[in-house]
Amino acid sequence: MDYRDSPEEAQFRSRLREWLATHSREFALSGDEYWARYGQWHQALYGAGFFGLSWPREYGGQELPPVYDVILDEELAAAGAPPRPSLGYLVTGLGHHGSKELCQRFLPGLISGGERWCQGFSEPGAGSDLAALATTAVRDGDAYVVCGQKIWTSYSDVADWCLLLARTDPSAPRHKGISAFVISMHQPGIRQRPLRMISGISTEFGQVTFDEARVPAANLVGAPGDGWKLAMTVVAHEREPSTLGFTARYGKTVAALAAGLPGEPGTGRTVPAELAWAHVQTQMLYAHVRRRLSEQLDGQTHGPEGSLDKLLMTWTEQAVGHAALAVTGTGDPHGLEAYLYSRAQSVMGGTSQIQKNIIAGRILGLGG
Amino acid sequence: MDARLTPEQAALRQAAARLADTLGPHSVLALADSERVVQLEQAITGSGWRSLRSDGAGGVEIALVAEELARGLVDVPFLGPVLADALRPAGPGLTLAVGPTAIDARGATRALALDGTRLLTAPLGPPADGVDLTRVAAPLAGPYEPAGEISAAHATRWQALAISVTAAEMVGAARGAHALAVGYARVREQYGATIGSYQAVAHLLAESLALIEGSESILRYAAWAVDELRPAEAIRSARIAKVYCAQAARTVCETAIQVHGGIGNTWECLAHLFLRRVLACAETFPVRLEEIEVGLP
Repeated sequence: MDYRDSPEEAQFRSRLREWLATHSREFALSGDEYWARYGQWHQALYGAGFFGLSWPREYGGQELPPVYDVILDEELAAAGAPPRPSLGYLVTGLGHHGSKELCQRFLPGLISGGERWCQGFSEPGAGSDLAALATTAVRDGDAYVVCGQKIWTSYSDVADWCLLLARTDPSAPRHKGISAFVISMHQPGIRQRPLRMISGISTEFGQVTFDEARVPAANLVGAPGDGWKLAMTVVAHEREPSTLGFTARYGKTVAALAAGLPGEPGTGRTVPAELAWAHVQTQMLYAHVRRRLSEQLDGQTHGPEGSLDKLLMTWTEQAVGHAALAVTGTGDPHGLEAYLYSRAQSVMGGTSQIQKNIIAGRILGLGG
Repeated sequence: MDARLTPEQAALRQAAARLADTLGPHSVLALADSERVVQLEQAITGSGWRSLRSDGAGGVEIALVAEELARGLVDVPFLGPVLADALRPAGPGLTLAVGPTAIDARGATRALALDGTRLLTAPLGPPADGVDLTRVAAPLAGPYEPAGEISAAHATRWQALAISVTAAEMVGAARGAHALAVGYARVREQYGATIGSYQAVAHLLAESLALIEGSESILRYAAWAVDELRPAEAIRSARIAKVYCAQAARTVCETAIQVHGGIGNTWECLAHLFLRRVLACAETFPVRLEEIEVGLP
């Protein structure tokens, strides 16, 4: 057991730090400006050899142990750079369930940032109850014709491709009639409407209407009816703080808030309780992500435990949000944005209530 | 970077868990079972765990044993003797005192204390009742006498160890309380279904498990830091862990009482034994949120 960097890890860290020293300030950290240049940031990071660290070499990754992602996240936060793009759930979903041909065609572009992706799962009528989704895909020759609506689709307006769930067999039991597709976002049958969030940002989430959009049958991920399996893989990875890489950013926010306090640290100055608590939570999450990623060295993959991680991450982000409010008040736009944005963490990627259902049912055995 | 337990650490944890499961009190009534207590005392003596530190064990090993023994409500001394031994290798009959009280005094005749870097000893009076029904405290029977001096670094690392090990006890007690409550929620029926099948109850227990997992993570880092980081960082990590674990463990124990309903509020239910152990550990080497410094590099 050693929480410190190994010699190889230390070397990686110092190479990264050097690169960040010249490139980190070129990209915005948050807000609409961040989303606008998100694609360039992804490509710059990948081009320098600092993205896709733990993914298969064959598709452009480096097959490094997952702990390297923690180093990346820490150094990005320390340098004041944007977080790494959150694509782990798409890479894992496509990688686990897609055919060899599909993986070879799509994973390199997804990982390098050469092509941009979004995820079409949630619908106006299918939120927590994802299996209630009503978007349909009907076979028509070599293709499927897609009709329906998706919502909370991050970066849909700039995406080239969408990993889409649609119902292909309305007569099958509802979990069995769903299939997954890789569908092009560049076609006349797709209309988009951005959603403005409570923080005011308007470039992250979109609402997408599919009106007889077409997707080749060859872009089916797995077999018809395999969509639910893929969905479960994707949402399990979407929950993991280790995949998401937000942890170091919370620490950075806490440090920035602390820097704004009167007095010098270590001199017994008064620290608002909310900020001290956010610091404690952030340190917990830092240690927790290390423990989880270390467990992955044994080849342990995460099932329902990801829901525990998601709850801990949510509590941390929302504690940081409260700290921002306590320290800066509502008058500071950054503090207010951090707070308002934090409210979404207990909803996105599965609500906290759904996580608790999973923990109770699948870990504690408290099923009804 | 590798936060996994070594195979030796995992085996030590398993041994402590087995001992606690076999000989710990499984009911409040069993606290008075003197035959069990004698067997438990022999088993702990035989394990050699009270001298883990002077035998070269690190903070992680000591924390693992403390956690498992607390999970099983082990009611013979470990915390006091192991922390005394970490100050100065000591024979049987010696425990630790903090201020005017020996914290873990069953069977002990003298206590060792740390004042700055000075070691002090004092004889013990008869045990006194305290909040924790699984651990006996005793007032000192005479004044402190000097018993040597340790280095400043040793003293700081020892503080970090003491804070971390009391945090470990809280995590263990929380685990014990949670297991008790989950077991109850699986069998207790109301409205024709087990209470655990209702989200109102299930979600409380799910939150508790997340708190326990977070505690485990922050505790492990602090226990590692005792030996591996600079003394000032070690103590900072220990304090942060203690604040988190204290808050988490109390919540988990309160939830366990709530899930047990009326029964949980009776003397016969084990739930309050876990809570009491958590409360006692929170007050031993206490850390308040106000003491957590933020913004240090």
